[in-house]
Amino acid sequence: MLLPMVNVALAFIVVGAIVAIIGVDPLHALRLLVVGALGSSESIGYTLYYATNFTFSGLTVLALDRWLPAWLLIPIAIASAALLGAAWAAVPAWLQAWRGSHIVITTIMFNFVASALMVYLMVNVLIAPGSMTPQSRTFGPSGRIPAMHDVLQAVGITVAPSALNLSIVLALACCVAVWVFLWHTPWGYALRTMGHNPEAAVYAGTSLRRMTMLAMCLSGALAGFVGVNELMGVHHRIVLDFPAGYGFAGIAVALMGRNHPLGIVLAALLFGALQQGGAELAFEIPTITREMVVVIQGLIILFSGALAHLPRPWLQVLFVHRA
Amino acid sequence: MDEAISFVFLMLASTLRVATPLVLCAMGGLFSEKGGIVDVGLEGKMLMAAFFAAATASVTGSAWAGVAVAVLAAEALALLHGLACITYRGNQVVSGVAINILAAGLTVVLGAAWFARGGQTPPLVGDQRLMPLFLPGAGDNVLVYAALLSVPLTWWIIARTRFGLRLRAVGEMPLAVDAAGLSVAWLRYRAVLLCGLLAGLAGAYLSIGQNAGFSRDMTAGQGFIALAAIIFGKWRPLPAFGACLIFGLLDAIAIRLQGVRLPGLGEVPVQLIQAMPYLLTMFLLAGFIGRAVAPKAAGVPYEKEH
Repeated sequence: MLLPMVNVALAFIVVGAIVAIIGVDPLHALRLLVVGALGSSESIGYTLYYATNFTFSGLTVLALDRWLPAWLLIPIAIASAALLGAAWAAVPAWLQAWRGSHIVITTIMFNFVASALMVYLMVNVLIAPGSMTPQSRTFGPSGRIPAMHDVLQAVGITVAPSALNLSIVLALACCVAVWVFLWHTPWGYALRTMGHNPEAAVYAGTSLRRMTMLAMCLSGALAGFVGVNELMGVHHRIVLDFPAGYGFAGIAVALMGRNHPLGIVLAALLFGALQQGGAELAFEIPTITREMVVVIQGLIILFSGALAHLPRPWLQVLFVHRA
Repeated sequence: MDEAISFVFLMLASTLRVATPLVLCAMGGLFSEKGGIVDVGLEGKMLMAAFFAAATASVTGSAWAGVAVAVLAAEALALLHGLACITYRGNQVVSGVAINILAAGLTVVLGAAWFARGGQTPPLVGDQRLMPLFLPGAGDNVLVYAALLSVPLTWWIIARTRFGLRLRAVGEMPLAVDAAGLSVAWLRYRAVLLCGLLAGLAGAYLSIGQNAGFSRDMTAGQGFIALAAIIFGKWRPLPAFGACLIFGLLDAIAIRLQGVRLPGLGEVPVQLIQAMPYLLTMFLLAGFIGRAVAPKAAGVPYEKEH
């Protein structure tokens, strides 16, 4: 429990150093970041809006890594979130299960195929007539998910308008559904067994191929929900590159959430807060841009993922002394 | 006839221009992967190097200083990757992804803070860029020749030197190298540093050779294409070089075919040609075009027994 916090703390110390290098007082920046994220009701709305997306992409990762090591599904989060969800994820799944192709590499390749396909479709097929920028026509009212401030207005609660919409309910429902699936169904049990010990799973009669397909397709489907929130909840039209890094953020959220739905909700909230706080920060201090948030995400993935073992010896020393 | 020759020359020059960063990056990645360290972070290293090359060249006015600092920046990320993957035995793909994200964010944050141009560096002129050496207009700057030279050199080092033999061993079976009394970690660090050097040159080429300045996300997936080229070349320098040239040619064709109608085919979608390197690599990985086998220990952290 302590280790994830130490890792995140380390990430923030490095962020502070970078901010100082740019010539801004890090503590001032931190204060703005926090106040920006949580200070006003409008901001909270936006914080949750970003969190919704991150919950989805984080869940993608979650659905898979009970049986695959975390790094296997990383690129999947992006590929499937970008396009067709389950169907799109089924192709690399098949290649892994039946042809033994390295799934990390095939999914990275498939990401680029997805984005090329997306550009082609946007420019040649889906573009709104007469439009200069590659975006589709606006959805009709039936294709939109109601915004949260409208819903609350209807029951007599007034909040400042924001991009938060009802798809957050879907996100939370998915969290519960994934938790039930993984911990309270035979399939979830088989998936988790595969993650911990593939040989034992095979010995118990689990088909690795079928489980690979199942996990990948579920994960793709969950990632597809990012589009639900972004396109139907916010933009109300198809825009290019709407996934905008959510796939990678999903990895960070899953790493921080320790692959449990509850942890993922908390980590997603933190990331949503970061995104929103980052926007406020960029507004207040001109020398800091929104990309600061991207830097923070990178550092969190680095410290809680790749460098997770870094603080372990120090902590051991600390606790051995106390004991 | 003359027209045909000049067309071929133009296509060749443009293929080579596009392929140069791919070749440098792919050779760098080869060292790393041969040594058993998977490098998904080529893209990030190249991006960081491109930024520091342009930033340094713009401030000092010297392209050479730009190249030097670009290499240092890429080496810093290479060391970070080494620290995570070798010393702390972390997940190599996760580390690579983190480095890519870090570079994507940091280049824009630093660029915006230092130059106040929304993440771009000021346009570079004159000595701030690497100039063509022999053929004006063909863009044959020194790094193009460095890329061409890097291929036989990489082959020679990996296939014919003592270091290369040990490097291959450490990528296939680190336990044997350890048992022979050699340091697995030091060999792998050298592999990662060689990778940083070449990725740094690739980045410098992008921002102060091919282009006149840095713009955000200017690598645009080329690090991943280089990775695809390594796989397509089945982890061997010469075939990987060939793959880079094919991918470069595809790009040159894509630029030329934009909006052109071909007889019998109609308009070929540029995006299809751009997706070709990835599609081809997936076909290869699916086992439809021969078999690509990675170094056995690639991606597996080595834990020394005590």
